[in-house]
Amino acid sequence: MTGATIARTGPDHRAAFRASTFADVLRSEWVKFRSVRSTFWALTVTVVLGVGLGAVISAAAAHGYAKSSASAKLSWDPTGVSQAGVAIASLAIVVLGVLCISSEYSSGMIRTSLIAVPKRGRVLAAKALVFAVVTFVVGEVTCFAAFFVGQALISGHAPHAALGDPGVARAVVGGGLYLAALAVLSVAAGALLRHPAAGIACTMAVVLVLPLIAQALPDSWRNPVTEFWPTQAGAQLTSVYHSAHTLQPWPGFGVMCLFVAIVYAIAWTLLDRRDA
Amino acid sequence: MIEAHGLVKRYGSTMAVNDLSFSIRPGMVTGFLGPNGAGKTTTMRMILGLDAPTQGSVTVGGRSYRDLPAPMREVGALLDAKALHGGRRAFDHLLCLARSNGIPRSRVDEVLHIVGLQSVARRRAKGLSLGMGQRLGIASALLGDPAVLIFDEPVNGLDPDGIHWVRTLMRELAAEGRTVLVSSHLMSEMALTADHLLVIGKGRLIADTSVDEFVQSSSQQSVHVRSPQAAELAALCRDAGATVQAGTGPDVIEITGMDSADVGKLAAAHGIALFELIPVKASLEEAFMELTQDSVEYRAAGETR
Repeated sequence: MTGATIARTGPDHRAAFRASTFADVLRSEWVKFRSVRSTFWALTVTVVLGVGLGAVISAAAAHGYAKSSASAKLSWDPTGVSQAGVAIASLAIVVLGVLCISSEYSSGMIRTSLIAVPKRGRVLAAKALVFAVVTFVVGEVTCFAAFFVGQALISGHAPHAALGDPGVARAVVGGGLYLAALAVLSVAAGALLRHPAAGIACTMAVVLVLPLIAQALPDSWRNPVTEFWPTQAGAQLTSVYHSAHTLQPWPGFGVMCLFVAIVYAIAWTLLDRRDA
Repeated sequence: MIEAHGLVKRYGSTMAVNDLSFSIRPGMVTGFLGPNGAGKTTTMRMILGLDAPTQGSVTVGGRSYRDLPAPMREVGALLDAKALHGGRRAFDHLLCLARSNGIPRSRVDEVLHIVGLQSVARRRAKGLSLGMGQRLGIASALLGDPAVLIFDEPVNGLDPDGIHWVRTLMRELAAEGRTVLVSSHLMSEMALTADHLLVIGKGRLIADTSVDEFVQSSSQQSVHVRSPQAAELAALCRDAGATVQAGTGPDVIEITGMDSADVGKLAAAHGIALFELIPVKASLEEAFMELTQDSVEYRAAGETR
């Protein structure tokens, strides 16, 4: 077919090769991550929804402010309003996180990946790390952009927030951290369930559906759920005001991180033990 | 060098691989032959650390695959050419594999050149034909310039030109001193490519032999005879120790255990007229089928051999 030689040196005369490292696996996962189109689209959706939806909600809420009740004015939260889009955008992160490993199972790529890197824990760790870092960067950009756009639209119609106000900078930065934790959770869930639809459905249920169901429960049930449910607790990091039966920002985020670590540990153990 | 000791893989109540021991030596192409469902792929998956053996062990170069420090530089494998992300470009697919083992980017261009895929390197994998996909899989196996190569049914989906190319490549790789293990369910394919054969059926090792020996030992020779006194000749042959089976007509018999010269002399001595006397040599394919006929997993209803 071609006259090219297969080996540059032949197998017996090769220079001693170095062992594969975790940094190699990180580079490999970065290539995988940037070389599929779903990455670009999911991150675009994250930014567009986060900033765009935040802008629409901010403008609408600011215009309604003057006619709202006194109690509504009392609980007016300009930061929360501008970040409302980020909560919806987080769903794109869940989808991309689950897909980036479960699509390897549905395509069979996982076998190729695990033959290349038989130390399986490295594959999971590299995937989670690459995706968490990208999500953190994109998340911070989205949260800050949503904040500035939102406050610009609110100012003149209603009281607006500034980064220097108490708790505001922490809440905006916290948005990126919350998304990064969610990113690790999604990758772990994808590795655990190995099926795109199952992974997305289960993670969505944890993030979105179960907390909504809890709202319908009697107080004695609802309060501990809203306080300790991992994603609810973690979201405290992203809000300036805290209602009753919620954890403080950092302890709340700690609860979420603990949950993510447990799911990750289960995913890691099963990945290592199951036949691929 | 690949060595297996008492390899067993059980899925629930199914015994996929049953007490398999072998060693595969460098410098030759070893054919891994067996009917579909015989356990070839399962064995290869265990060699590559994808499946854990229920019992026993298998090593590559003396080490378990999962303990290799830079696996792609020691073992190149093609299990399933479709096991890739269809949305990724051929070049990026190879690049992400190369990166994982610290293989330089320039080697990706080299292997694309070796398999003749430079012109479609920017194409997404799902846009590649079956044959091009197979070449891409072979390219990924060659990335690390490994001393051990494992290919599962590499000629599947290739046109005659491609099949010839793969055969030549396997032989070249072996001639360079590498260990080459190639699976196939086609004996005729193995006869052209392999030097040595591992034959398995229903997860058990049936033969571990050179291709030449395999053909000689298992190709059964028989003699086809047509005679108006077929029944009389059959009785004489049986007395002489041969096995006789009825043929396609009342005057046709198939004799095994006696060569055509002896049958002819026997007939002459008893004044039996012969219309046809034909020595029949079993083909490789028949030899293989005969060897594995008790171990075929799936067979059409009513089909007997």
